[in-house]
Amino acid sequence: MASDTLQSTSHTGWRAWLLTDTPASRMQARLGQLYLGWRTFRSNPLALIGFLIIVALVLMAIFAPLLAVHDPYAQNLDLRLRAPGEDGYWLGSDDLGRDIWSRIVHGAPITLQIVAIVAVTAPTIGLLVGTAAGYLGGWIDVVLMRITDIFLAFPRLVLALAFVAVLGAGIENAILAITLTAWPPYARIARAETLTIRRADFIAAIRLQGAGPIRIITGHIWPLCLSSIIIRVTLDMAGVILTAAGLGFLGLGAQPPLPEWGAMISAGRDFFLDSWWVATIPGLAIFIVSLGFNLLGDGLRDVLDPKRKSA
Amino acid sequence: MKLTRRSAVKGIGALAAAPAFGRMAFAETPPNMLVIAGTIDDIVSLDPQESFEFSGSDILNNMYGSLVSFDPKDLSAGYIPDLAESWEISNEGKTFTFKMRPGVKFTSGNPVTAKDVEYSLRRAVAMEKTPSFILTQFGFNADNMEETLVATDDMTFQLTTDKTYATSFVLNCLTATIAYVVDSETVKANEVDGDWGNGWLKTNSAGSGAYSLVNWKANESYTLQVNPEFWRGAPAMQRVIIQHIGESATQRLLLEKGDVDIARNLTPEDIAAVEAQEGIEVDSDLRGRIMYFSLNQAKPILSDPKVIEAMKYLVDYEGMANSFLKGQYTVHQAFLPLTYMGELKEKPYSLDIEKAKALLAEAGHGDGFELEIIVRTAQERVQIAQSLQNTFAQAGITVSITQGTAKQILARYRARDFDIYLGAWGPDYPDPHTNADTFAHNPDNSLEAGLTGKLAWRNSWDIPEMTKATEAALVEQDRDTRAQMYVDIQREWQKTSPFVPMFQKIEQVARRSNVQGFVTGSAITAAFYWPVTK
Amino acid sequence: MTDTTAAAGRRRTAPLVRRGAALLSTLGVIAVTMFGLIFVTFIIGRVMPVDPVLAVVGERASKEIYDRVYFEMGLDKSLVEQFWIYLTDVLTGNFGTSTLTARPVVEDIARVFPATLELATIGVIIGIVFGVPMGVTAAVYQGRWPDHVVRLFGLFGYSMPIFWLALMGLIIFYGNLDWVGAPTGRVDVFYQDIVPPVTGMILIDSAIAGDWTIFWNAVSHVVLPAAILGYYSLAYISRMTRSFMIEELSKEYVTTARVKGLSERAVIWRHAVGNVSVPLITVIALSYANLLEGSVLTETIFSWPGLGQYITNALLNADMAAVLGGTVVVGLTFVGLNMLSDVLYRVLDPRARS
Repeated sequence: MASDTLQSTSHTGWRAWLLTDTPASRMQARLGQLYLGWRTFRSNPLALIGFLIIVALVLMAIFAPLLAVHDPYAQNLDLRLRAPGEDGYWLGSDDLGRDIWSRIVHGAPITLQIVAIVAVTAPTIGLLVGTAAGYLGGWIDVVLMRITDIFLAFPRLVLALAFVAVLGAGIENAILAITLTAWPPYARIARAETLTIRRADFIAAIRLQGAGPIRIITGHIWPLCLSSIIIRVTLDMAGVILTAAGLGFLGLGAQPPLPEWGAMISAGRDFFLDSWWVATIPGLAIFIVSLGFNLLGDGLRDVLDPKRKSA
Repeated sequence: MKLTRRSAVKGIGALAAAPAFGRMAFAETPPNMLVIAGTIDDIVSLDPQESFEFSGSDILNNMYGSLVSFDPKDLSAGYIPDLAESWEISNEGKTFTFKMRPGVKFTSGNPVTAKDVEYSLRRAVAMEKTPSFILTQFGFNADNMEETLVATDDMTFQLTTDKTYATSFVLNCLTATIAYVVDSETVKANEVDGDWGNGWLKTNSAGSGAYSLVNWKANESYTLQVNPEFWRGAPAMQRVIIQHIGESATQRLLLEKGDVDIARNLTPEDIAAVEAQEGIEVDSDLRGRIMYFSLNQAKPILSDPKVIEAMKYLVDYEGMANSFLKGQYTVHQAFLPLTYMGELKEKPYSLDIEKAKALLAEAGHGDGFELEIIVRTAQERVQIAQSLQNTFAQAGITVSITQGTAKQILARYRARDFDIYLGAWGPDYPDPHTNADTFAHNPDNSLEAGLTGKLAWRNSWDIPEMTKATEAALVEQDRDTRAQMYVDIQREWQKTSPFVPMFQKIEQVARRSNVQGFVTGSAITAAFYWPVTK
Repeated sequence: MTDTTAAAGRRRTAPLVRRGAALLSTLGVIAVTMFGLIFVTFIIGRVMPVDPVLAVVGERASKEIYDRVYFEMGLDKSLVEQFWIYLTDVLTGNFGTSTLTARPVVEDIARVFPATLELATIGVIIGIVFGVPMGVTAAVYQGRWPDHVVRLFGLFGYSMPIFWLALMGLIIFYGNLDWVGAPTGRVDVFYQDIVPPVTGMILIDSAIAGDWTIFWNAVSHVVLPAAILGYYSLAYISRMTRSFMIEELSKEYVTTARVKGLSERAVIWRHAVGNVSVPLITVIALSYANLLEGSVLTETIFSWPGLGQYITNALLNADMAAVLGGTVVVGLTFVGLNMLSDVLYRVLDPRARS
């Protein structure tokens, strides 16, 4: 679809080099692919918005001290639960009279950390396990899927709590615990995808050309599984942030007064009926960020999905 | 039961047209039924000789009678005769002889006799559950109970203590849940493998109180049914249902809609909102719980008297009491709750950063140091912890907060594995000794002694002198002298102890205006449902 | 499961024997999973930083009482010995007694699981009924406004904390509009314990008893929490449906079918949806299984006496018998749903059958 627009642009200099039909090196081909991907991506306004949201989050995280108008930890019991706009609190103040905007800003790096770690690790584990089980079959499938089932069959909170118990409390370990409980669904999705792919003619053809299982899995099955995995990851992000908050409630996640968004939501629960902003604003922050990840994820899928490029 | 409910929503499909089918705008509970929204998730047993939780004592107080008890209409009068009509004290104050009230029956129909008292108290001593110390501190044990706890005839019960204690102390302990009288015939019939019927009584009732148990669904609700034969007169409410509602917001909505008569766990913000509403009233009642933090004396830096004193000036008592604790805690700085015999009302400490800084500098810690506060995850406690963190920081003390579940934090506290513990303590029975025993009594501070029940021990606070003073107050016969002794102990304690009491609990009960007569039990006992009318 | 059919397919044995072997190996799979589950839970119970003895004796217990209970609970025995005792108990159907409720765990679960089952089932039905058509619509109108609306709608529900939605729902539908029952659990307080429990699910029990007053009362109580859980499952199902459909609609056969003059409706609903129903089943099963685990926050806000609250409470209070019991039930549910989705998979997908 995007190829029409590509043809019409004039190919000059580096652009021509990237878009050539006859790349001279593997490197050139790869970069060309990347560039094409970026063009597709750029032509999708929603994906761009998503991308911008994430960029904004990153910038917010980096420049948090500059953006915050108050000390995120400074309490003022005389000015507690102020509505947004009152007494110089842009987004209101919380139950201890702390500025919610400043806390949101300072919470950005924490959120980013949570999201980054979980988004990278959990799907990777799931993908490895799921594709190996699905492609190789036999006893490997049996063993891997039994392990997955056991993990999947566990109430997640029980599992997370146990991991944190072993590793010790704190936000980093809470994230790790979430990862360890989050991978099984990815494994199942990846396996289901693999099962339908592995008997496809093109896989048989590649096998006839002498490709081994590792090359087939990494080179051909992974890219095909990626789209389902990515949509699941981007959708899970909000849940991950909220789960981190849930662990915080058990004393296993972020400890007060750390302005972790999920923890801020939990703390705002008791004031919900009269001071809606204390819980709603961090909730909206999570919404916007997960919206960003979702839009980005959809855009990325269009770029990454090899099935759609052939169209 | 209620016509308005019968026309409740007619299924999902009808939701769009719901207003037409909707319930009447104002719901109401049936006139002879009391519905309370509360929290009952702490109940683990309904056996009076085992139960030791706040909500457990609320339910038991309405199902059982005891030798001596309280008048809900005048709690300040102290203990009054209940199942015992009168008593005499002899043998240098060691023997108490109780005359049973005639004509009182258990809900099973069996008469209440001295044999039942004997069975109940022996049961408490022999089963050795956690609250058993309330009785065994008088020297009763499984070996001597056949001589010390005796029904001399059907209507006379006699107990003999190992030494002479203050009369009020003995009788106050007999008002505690552990001394409630169970129906010995019924319980014996349900004994399994010599368990004194414990397995059965955990989830059943066998008392002579205003109500009997219909069912208890853990974490969900319990339902009581009236005992029309109740000797103090049949209660107006035929049924009492306590529904476990964990969220303050949910409790408030239910109360506003009239789906419950009473809400017991509203936050200060929700109280302020319902107070302004027509048809809802809020009663405030001082309870016995003390909110405090304590410094582990095993940590060298925290055992420095100057540091201890400085800490007491680093608490924003008034700021907290007037903001997020508003109306639900009052500033209090002694270990005995207000209204107790020997109460100390003086509040010598207030937030004074400069003074604290000076004290810390004198102690050689002007540059500050680092500490950890352990606290269980509960909104108000975490708020207090954060306020402390804030004020401590102003004097250069860097505090990290570790929150956890009640059991986690408690395990560390009992193992002396902490710097600062932030938590609450409620009296076990309405006598000054209950708190003196834990805050100001530590006969053996060694690790091996393992006096894990005592707060002074948990904080490694070695106090031979004060321990003696506390023991002396325990055996003082003259009431006024005894009261003065507790005042003196608390003055000294206030100055030197590593405990920093901050607040005493005020329970704010929100009720529909037509509901009258609910009694929380104040600082000395548990709730009474039976005086309620509407 | 794949392994069983593959093994059975290779040997061309008599159908009866084949079926018997398949059954045996299925049972074996369940047994292995359950054993693993019990083993891991047991280990977790031992490494948890919560003290099970304190849960029994309470805050103020003296050291003597603490030590006595410690021995009574058999905590002085070796881990292997403790595990063996637990395993043999479980195999004889004895899950022990909960320290929190003072009742046998089996009895507790018989009380809380039907409550969750009721809620989760209605929730997932809402998720399917709304989620699938929404996902299909979004895919068909990919990149246009119906697509954006569906995606934003799903996403919003997904990223707002559940208690936010629940309390909002309560304020609007209970507080202001009075359309739904009070958040006092499954029926109004004075209707509790009236219908004789048969299945434990009040909707079914009241229907069996013919007590329609209680039935409608129960409906008015379940609508809101189920809708909120349904929203979550809807968000997930609609998103996955959309993605599967986009992929499916780009396939050649769809173009072929269109060229051949099949109506758009037939192309989408008969062919494309039919094909994506295979991966969709896995998605729905996962979503259902998640709901069956119980949602602590929703249950707390609606005072719903379900499995989520039960397990969490047990966990916080180191009531290990209850945690183990609850975990086994959740585990069995998962295994059961997996089996079911695998079977449906095989029935519906010719490729996986070969």
